[in-house]
Amino acid sequence: MRNQYDQADVARMVEHLAAQIAGEFAADAPLNIIGVRTRGEVLAARLTELLQSRHFSKIDRGVLDITLYRDDLSEIGPRPLVKPTKLEIALDATPAVLVDDVVFTGRSVRAALNLLNDFGRPSFIRLAVLVDRNGRELPIQPDYVGLKLSDVPRTHRVNVRFSETDGGDEVVVEPGK
Amino acid sequence: MEDAGSRWTRKHLLTLEELSAEEINFILDTAVGLKEVSTRSVKKTPALRGRVMVNAFFEDSTRTRTSFTLAASRLSADVLDFSEKGSSVSKGETLIDTARNIEAMGVDIIVIRHPAAGAATLLSRTVQCSIVNAGDGAHEHPTQGLLDLYTIRERFGKIEGLRVAIVGDIANSRVARSNLWGLTKLGAQVILVGPPTLVPRAFEKLGAKVVHDFDSIIGEVDVVNMLRVQFERIKSSQFPSVREFTRFFGLTLERFHRCKPNTFVMHPGPMNRGIEISSGIADGPQSGILTQVTNGLAVRMAVLYLVTQAG
Repeated sequence: MRNQYDQADVARMVEHLAAQIAGEFAADAPLNIIGVRTRGEVLAARLTELLQSRHFSKIDRGVLDITLYRDDLSEIGPRPLVKPTKLEIALDATPAVLVDDVVFTGRSVRAALNLLNDFGRPSFIRLAVLVDRNGRELPIQPDYVGLKLSDVPRTHRVNVRFSETDGGDEVVVEPGK
Repeated sequence: MEDAGSRWTRKHLLTLEELSAEEINFILDTAVGLKEVSTRSVKKTPALRGRVMVNAFFEDSTRTRTSFTLAASRLSADVLDFSEKGSSVSKGETLIDTARNIEAMGVDIIVIRHPAAGAATLLSRTVQCSIVNAGDGAHEHPTQGLLDLYTIRERFGKIEGLRVAIVGDIANSRVARSNLWGLTKLGAQVILVGPPTLVPRAFEKLGAKVVHDFDSIIGEVDVVNMLRVQFERIKSSQFPSVREFTRFFGLTLERFHRCKPNTFVMHPGPMNRGIEISSGIADGPQSGILTQVTNGLAVRMAVLYLVTQAG
């Protein structure tokens, strides 16, 4: 199994994601792109930019902080800082694409869906992830995928890094700490 | 990339004296994230679902009790109210027995206000649940201190280097003590102002400047925090007459006009309008008094959230 993907690979994955989304939505209809903090936010910003270059003119962007909605806080190590959720957009009756870096157990997505539900009622919600890795614990599947990894050992982590947050773009499969 | 200093290990919030600057900043940063919850159409998150908080107030309170209740419900915790009147305390039950009985019902957090200094700390040593100090005698009122810090930081973007005057009955004020600890830890200069009977020189040992002439410093401070004149103590020989107090230590319009143009005015409430603060100032654009109350909710949400997540 390949366990390292560099900047060019990441660029291709993001491009591929944007193409999938562009193929399913009309460029002149309202669309909300909502990133899950921290790296989902970065990915959402990049996707928005790519879609706008494809003449998508009615995109609004939001950011979710799911810390207060997680059910696995005790398992994720140091206490994460709760940051504001930014959803000053019209959610109701508009399609939303939820964006995260990796879908693994599905629990973050579940938390994000619950959080979205407290803000409004999109007409429908799709899920876009850079990496779809095996290990789901909930019946949640992504609609748009940049890279699918189906045999990552349970003890390993899939780390997505972006230049905006980590100084460089890469996807790495590494043994968990 | 983990957030720097993202380790919170305290199960209780008892004093600001025992917290590090890093811990205080962590609470304030968490409160920034939680303030947004109150702007949603559904003002609730499931973070403390299934947890129980008890308000155990052995002294009167409107603001603090309401604020804790609302903070808990915004986090989906269940709230019980306990008051001394009509409870077994009036039958002679001790504080510790009362707390142990409350805890035996499966409570996760006890928010306690008590006239005795150290009451919260005492309880924290005898029960398993989290204790949050909502005021213990003239000792500390840590969530008030935190919400004051939050409000100052929000207004100025920083705390370090600011000059903050706290004016009034310092000797009997838990708000003053919590403010003093918090502000000095975060690098502000604290000036305690009032008559010598109410502002003993001993406070200089805690890092504050003690001043008995309000007018001498009025033009050089960034924040004026006016404490409530405590009428329950006003008959004591320590206290000047109300008129004398207002003349020398009240924030009158005349005095306010000698402040720097951006001086920020605070008051922990309840206010005595026309005594320690003039109405025109309290309701004016430089007043942060209602903002303090709004921020109190976010700060208390942060505290309740953090003490239950410690481990």
